[in-house]
Amino acid sequence: MSEFLSMGGYAAFVWPAYGLTLIVLVANVLLPRRRHRRILKQLRVGTDEFQSVSQPTVRHVP
Amino acid sequence: MTALGQVIARDLKVAFRRPGEMLNPVVFFAVAASLFPLAMTPELSQLRDVGIAVLWVSALLSSLLALDGLFRTDAEDGSLEQLILSPVNLGTVVVAKMTAHWLTSALPLVVVAPLVALAFYLPQAAVVTGVLALLLATPTLSVLGAIGAALTVSLHRGGSLLGLLVLPLATPVLIFGARAMDLSLGGESPAGPLLFLAALLALAMSLGPVAVAAALRVSLE
Amino acid sequence: MWRLLVRWFHQLASPPYFYRFAGRVAPWFGVVGGLLIVAGAYGGLALAPADYQQGDGFRIIYVHVPSAYLSMMAYVVMASAAFVGFVWRIKLAHAVAVSAAPIGASFTFLALVTGMLWGKPMWGTYWQWADARLVSELVLLFLYFGYMALRAAFEERDKADRASALLAVVGVVNVPIIHYSVIWWSTLHQGPSISKLDAPSIDASMLVPLLLMIFGHTFLFVYVLFERLKGEVLLRERQARWVRKLVGTTA
Repeated sequence: MSEFLSMGGYAAFVWPAYGLTLIVLVANVLLPRRRHRRILKQLRVGTDEFQSVSQPTVRHVP
Repeated sequence: MTALGQVIARDLKVAFRRPGEMLNPVVFFAVAASLFPLAMTPELSQLRDVGIAVLWVSALLSSLLALDGLFRTDAEDGSLEQLILSPVNLGTVVVAKMTAHWLTSALPLVVVAPLVALAFYLPQAAVVTGVLALLLATPTLSVLGAIGAALTVSLHRGGSLLGLLVLPLATPVLIFGARAMDLSLGGESPAGPLLFLAALLALAMSLGPVAVAAALRVSLE
Repeated sequence: MWRLLVRWFHQLASPPYFYRFAGRVAPWFGVVGGLLIVAGAYGGLALAPADYQQGDGFRIIYVHVPSAYLSMMAYVVMASAAFVGFVWRIKLAHAVAVSAAPIGASFTFLALVTGMLWGKPMWGTYWQWADARLVSELVLLFLYFGYMALRAAFEERDKADRASALLAVVGVVNVPIIHYSVIWWSTLHQGPSISKLDAPSIDASMLVPLLLMIFGHTFLFVYVLFERLKGEVLLRERQARWVRKLVGTTA
């Protein structure tokens, strides 16, 4: 096991590379889901924090 | 007089009304390039090593300086919108404006460049190649810059964004231009990279105006 | 058959349909991608034999190559979607372009860092200017930054869509030129390259994990793209009836 972990002396390069990959993959999975949830919540509550970054909303008043 | 000539003449007239403003990028080019020897040991061999890089990077940066004004003044006083609405083909207008811009900002740079090259002790052959390479490269840079300028013309702070948009796209021009001078410096024929520069120029000339015209329409619609 | 396909495509471009479609399909891509990546990582770390030249250091290939590939694939997806959105004014296409950009940028960053970690034991330095791949990845990262910065600078979404679409298309025309000019330049400087695949024969036990990783990353990309799109579509359609019905702000 320790032989596997030492990676033939390349542990200091192999493991950070795999670790960072894991971080980027996990972030790519989690962040969009969180964003989707937050948008749903914001739309539900009705306070639109995303208003400023988009087109001015036109509401048709009946 | 054709529409092309009219727009060029008008832009030249406007530029010559303020010669100081027109020459700003060239002065910047000369100043930026002269700072490098002060930041190192100014020995012939070392200066020669970095001279080509200094020349090209300074030229690239100074060409950015002039770009922000390419469409901005016209967009602000509304004359650009007039041009878009006029029956003249927008692509033609764009070519005219880029030509005028090249004549007033890039051509002076090509004229001054040999002086800068000589200040870095570059031999005559490399200087001649450098002028040729700059003549081929600067119109491409003008086209790439015009795309960036057209995309950012409606933004208040387009200037700082412009560099981020344009510089990465300009890397091939930088590579081939510097390489051509490098070959001359080593006593070899610079034909290869010069031909690459010519090919880039042809590509930029054929596709560029369409992209710039589309970008202007997006910015001003 | 062709007609059905065209009709399905038109349907897919309708936001409410797409939103439901993405919700149903995305998890499968996620699961398949995750399994492939786990299998590939196990194969790459434990099963593949050590390289006769690079020892165990070459195992970084299994994370570097897929991310480098994804960084370019995402740019092509982004630019194609931007082109479709620009020419045919399809809103969903613009949403695809926007959603692909951060994914591509993150994998470009990953490709750079893993490339550096691979380079250090091979070259003795983390950064090697003479390596064409690293340099063109760096330029690609700048292109992504430019795209995202341009988008962020506009206040109106519609304008941001169209302006950034143009930039993406100009960029994708330039990417091969940049790539080949950098390769041309680096061959002059006789730089070492971290290419393993150029070897005429590569052992199957080395190649299979790499292919698993590449396919896994592709599936994962589709999954992340769909998840991003779900949020993006809701945001863009927030005034639409179906969204208000979905979140329950209208009866």
